[in-house]
Amino acid sequence: MAKRDRMSGNEAVSYAIRQINPDVMPAFPITPSTEIPQMVSTYIANGQMDTEFIPVESEHSSMSATIGAEAAGARSLTATSSAGLALMWEELLLAASNRMPLALALVNRTLSGPININCDHTDGMGARDTGWIQIYSENNQEAYDNFVQAYPIAEHKDVHLPIMICQDGFITSHAVENIELLEDEEVKNFVGEYEPEEFLLNVGKPIAVGPYSVSNYAMEARKNQEIAMENARDVILEVAKEFEKLSGRKYGFFEEYRMEDADYVMVIIGSAAGTAKQAVDDLRAQGKKVGVLKLRVFRPFPAKEIAEALKNAKAVAIMDRCESYNANGGPLGMEVIAGLFRNKVMVETVNYIYGLAGRDFTVTDVYDIFGQLEDLVENGTEIEQFQYIGLRK
Amino acid sequence: MANTLEIRWHGRGGQGAKTAALLLADVAFKTGKYVQGFPEYGPERMGAPITAYNRISTDPIRVHSNIYTPELVVVVDETLLHAVDVTAGLKEDGAIIVNSPKPVEEIKPLLNGYKGRVYTLDARTISVKALGKYFPNSPMLAAAVAVSGVMPKDEFINEMQASYEHKFAKKPEVIEGNMNALKMTFEALGL
Repeated sequence: MAKRDRMSGNEAVSYAIRQINPDVMPAFPITPSTEIPQMVSTYIANGQMDTEFIPVESEHSSMSATIGAEAAGARSLTATSSAGLALMWEELLLAASNRMPLALALVNRTLSGPININCDHTDGMGARDTGWIQIYSENNQEAYDNFVQAYPIAEHKDVHLPIMICQDGFITSHAVENIELLEDEEVKNFVGEYEPEEFLLNVGKPIAVGPYSVSNYAMEARKNQEIAMENARDVILEVAKEFEKLSGRKYGFFEEYRMEDADYVMVIIGSAAGTAKQAVDDLRAQGKKVGVLKLRVFRPFPAKEIAEALKNAKAVAIMDRCESYNANGGPLGMEVIAGLFRNKVMVETVNYIYGLAGRDFTVTDVYDIFGQLEDLVENGTEIEQFQYIGLRK
Repeated sequence: MANTLEIRWHGRGGQGAKTAALLLADVAFKTGKYVQGFPEYGPERMGAPITAYNRISTDPIRVHSNIYTPELVVVVDETLLHAVDVTAGLKEDGAIIVNSPKPVEEIKPLLNGYKGRVYTLDARTISVKALGKYFPNSPMLAAAVAVSGVMPKDEFINEMQASYEHKFAKKPEVIEGNMNALKMTFEALGL
């Protein structure tokens, strides 16, 4: 039986962690993810779960300890944001290349400078090439649902990769909203017992974790890791199907909102997708054919499926809440455009940078962007294909 | 968004404006509404101006931006009237509540010619009488409910009793005082 409640995004993820009751959680606090280890350690202190909580002295250590625990055979996770994720950089690659199916609750926050505590996707996008599965959430409900799906994806024998469940710092992490929660038993059964095939504490079958590899073999290890990421595609969809049976809530690589006959589409990630949907409803009421493609799974990147979904559009706005400093576009913009080209979908695109360091993104911004796309197509007005929106003039 | 009430709170860090917004979300949820309660953080320090927001609706809420054209503004600290444009975007058929012992006539000139309803509430006197200390957020929360009419008074009072019992499980001695502060606020506003 689903339970209706209200809670913040951080509370929702902590609630999911309590229900999953993993074996080990090392953590170091950083705004805006601090509440997650705080709430989990409160659950532990209250006897509501029996996870081994390890307070460590830095994020370098929290990820190292999470890897160590996972390698030993324990289901492990941690949480962080921003500079915390940056400090884990080396360990992120180790977690993925050592094929550790651990989980990370990432509460997205910008990185310095100027120093700022608010949301953008600089942290998550900075880790996009570390070999982790990355799933982004629009609101507290999705942060919760995605977390419940995390281990069944990561631990699948064809995958064995770490998974990052992301939500927008403050915008959803600190916003109290309605939510539907699953029963403890339902989550427990859905996630299942962790039965690692190979692990350090398995005395009957000794293994080495993280040994040196000569060039003769190292490249094959990398290719195997790449195959695992490709395998994750099917597994993510299978787990989503099972989750739908349990919850009634449908998930895929992305959500298509009012896309059936849309001439103009906004591709966007995270909490701003909700704002975009509201604007789409307003514009549809005026007869505008507009839609939203909200990307949920960024790694593996569903390029082919995105291209297929966008093939009938006249123009597409690709929204990046992150700079790439390549003087060419944001990470989502670059990958979507490459995916369109490879799949021979030749549609007009404009790549917008928005919402950096907590700059608000509003329904009016969405109206403006769709107005620009329409102007581009209907009137042939030339516009910058890579530009900032919501910038102080 | 037609069925959505939007509220903006102005306070200073440490006064409980964020807590009041979260409590309002909580109590509105219990009456079956879709809710949002969220703070906007600048530099975090005691006394710095902070903003918090509520959306309360009969429909699911998807917008995740700040609120620019609220129906109601609640000013928890009167000194903010000199520092922050508190009526910015406030709807003319909306209302503003200012925590001040002064009569409305003295506050109006500080509101940039705002034409809508203006209320003042002496939250300090109410809080000191009810709680023996100055915590403006309970009176200002009751004022927000009274002026917005977002839920009937009796329903609000009942739900708040349960909320306070939960919130102050370890400090039950403050529950009665907070409840009195809510009731005194309705009386003071005549609503």
